[in-house]
Amino acid sequence: MIELLASRYAYALMFVLMGVGMYMMIANQNLVKKLIGVNLFQTAIFLFFVAVAYVEGGSAPIVPTEGAPGAMASPLPHVIVLTAIVVGIALTAVGLALIVRIHSEYGTLREDTLREVRADE
Amino acid sequence: MSNADLILPLLVAVPILMATAPIALGLRFDRTGWSVTALTTTGLLAATAYLASAVYSEGMVTHELGGWPREFGIQLVADEFSTLIALLVIATATAVLAYMRVGGPRGNTFYAGYLLLTGGLLGLSLTGDVFNMFVFLEIVGLATYALIASGDGPESAVSALKYLILGTVGASLYLIGVGFIFMATGTLNMQVLSEIMPEVLAQGGQNLVLMQAAFAFIFVGFALKVAQWPLHTWQPDAYQHAPDGVTPVIAALVSTAYAYALGRLMYTVFGPEFLTSTPYLTEIVVTVGCLSVLAGSTLAVIQTDVKRMFAYSSVAQFGLVVAAFGLVTETALIGAIIHLIGHAVMKAGLFAAAGVIAVSYGARTVNEYAGLADNRPFVAGGTALLLIALIGIPPSAGFIGKWYIAVGSVQAEMWPVAVVILLSTMLTLAYSARLLEKMYFTPATPVESPHPSAPVATDGGHEGEDGDDAHGSEHSDESAGDVGASAFTDAGRIGRGNPEAVSLGMLTLVIVAAIVAVLLGFAGGELYDLLDPFATEVFNE
Repeated sequence: MIELLASRYAYALMFVLMGVGMYMMIANQNLVKKLIGVNLFQTAIFLFFVAVAYVEGGSAPIVPTEGAPGAMASPLPHVIVLTAIVVGIALTAVGLALIVRIHSEYGTLREDTLREVRADE
Repeated sequence: MSNADLILPLLVAVPILMATAPIALGLRFDRTGWSVTALTTTGLLAATAYLASAVYSEGMVTHELGGWPREFGIQLVADEFSTLIALLVIATATAVLAYMRVGGPRGNTFYAGYLLLTGGLLGLSLTGDVFNMFVFLEIVGLATYALIASGDGPESAVSALKYLILGTVGASLYLIGVGFIFMATGTLNMQVLSEIMPEVLAQGGQNLVLMQAAFAFIFVGFALKVAQWPLHTWQPDAYQHAPDGVTPVIAALVSTAYAYALGRLMYTVFGPEFLTSTPYLTEIVVTVGCLSVLAGSTLAVIQTDVKRMFAYSSVAQFGLVVAAFGLVTETALIGAIIHLIGHAVMKAGLFAAAGVIAVSYGARTVNEYAGLADNRPFVAGGTALLLIALIGIPPSAGFIGKWYIAVGSVQAEMWPVAVVILLSTMLTLAYSARLLEKMYFTPATPVESPHPSAPVATDGGHEGEDGDDAHGSEHSDESAGDVGASAFTDAGRIGRGNPEAVSLGMLTLVIVAAIVAVLLGFAGGELYDLLDPFATEVFNE
């Protein structure tokens, strides 16, 4: 078990980070912090992909014009993560825009206050 | 065959590129959004129809983007299943425009979002790459959140944010699943994966465990996105608070495309052998589906808001589809696909009808629907036909889907599913009958609706719209002043709502949806034949 953790700590760390993100998203009453929680959750997945691509002793996946390239990290997960980061940024932007609108309509960023305000209406 | 494969990338790229056109043109001209969107979707509809004729006569059409072979690049695939969904997407997206012309929402940015949604949905249905599917999931998601938030009320922003957070979690869980698939097989192409799967199954061990974990993450992610009980909580809020013109598109297409993606992954990527050989897998999928059917229908029965009621009914109908996916028989799979299409047509019509009634009759709750048939006979007739189709009375779209799923459940000897289908029909009857009874047999009350028919438009400018507010208050003054007799005009009609705000296009959409829902009931055999090659290929690999 300990040996597994020592050699695969990146995966364990990823699930811990994911848990932290999920907890923030569920338990935090502040909408902005909820969104940060979502971001953390996604970032953990990006780290997971990067960890998958790691090759022991491998170099960056830049193929030289001549000669054998030797061991390289897998480039595909990197491309995936780059795309996913872009998607994540777009999501954050839309989320923040919605939060700005909620704030201007209700004057609060806290979920519990928001619930009270909406119940009163 | 010839050049049909060149249509594939265009179907995805054109709407996304054209999404910038309404904004760019908006710098110079006002209100170009609708025309640009109508032109684009009509063109795409023609292209998709051409593609469909090629696919159904000559079989699968594929295109490798940028000429990269499928092992490295992204492949777009149009087979019998995906073409049908693409056709449904683009036909519905074009048809609902008839509602939006007058019914709103308006604004160039709105139509940019609408085109983005269309492009995302087409991409989602045509992609042959599991990671590319994630990107399209997010494009569809982002466009949906933006469209929901384009509603006037403050509630729409709150429900859009709720959907955003839950939808992102769903897509992220799917991404983890993709990561596991990549770890186990080293490829992301669906066809390559389907060829590798038998090897992985035969080898067993580590890679099989990874695939099982991948399936678990993907299924939970999609259960969230498709809105399966108990992960459906975002959906009623989103459907209820979205603008009336947007709900038909979202209800008809977004969850349908997600359910398509789930079916595609289950049957093309994982394959029936994996599904049946993994312990408890089919049982769990069927249970989730059945619970959604029962919980969704029961919740629909107790709703008072009509849009919310239809939203819960969607939870139930998608439960049927998911349960059918879990049965792993050819008939059930085809039944699920037919039900997806039938449900999309019926829900587009029902939500459009709800929008028309809200504007013209000022009614949003079940009780306010009283006397609708006397006052607005056409829209009431359309709604009644659609509700009857939803219950599943033959011949209708709702019937053939349920019929094939029921036959599939009998073939798979999963008797509880057949019982659940019967129960769901009864529960659907319960909430539909409530509405039908109100519309046809309860006399209208002269009480003014608590929801005045506010104009849905955001940027104003349409003729007659400036007068809307004055119009509405005029009516309320009238009926508040003499509630007794004169609230009824000569023909026993009630002066409420704003019938002039309903265009012919809005009404036509409801009627056409009702007619298509009935016609699909006769087309069961034809649809079965169209989809049969796909199902046969999946099950006899």
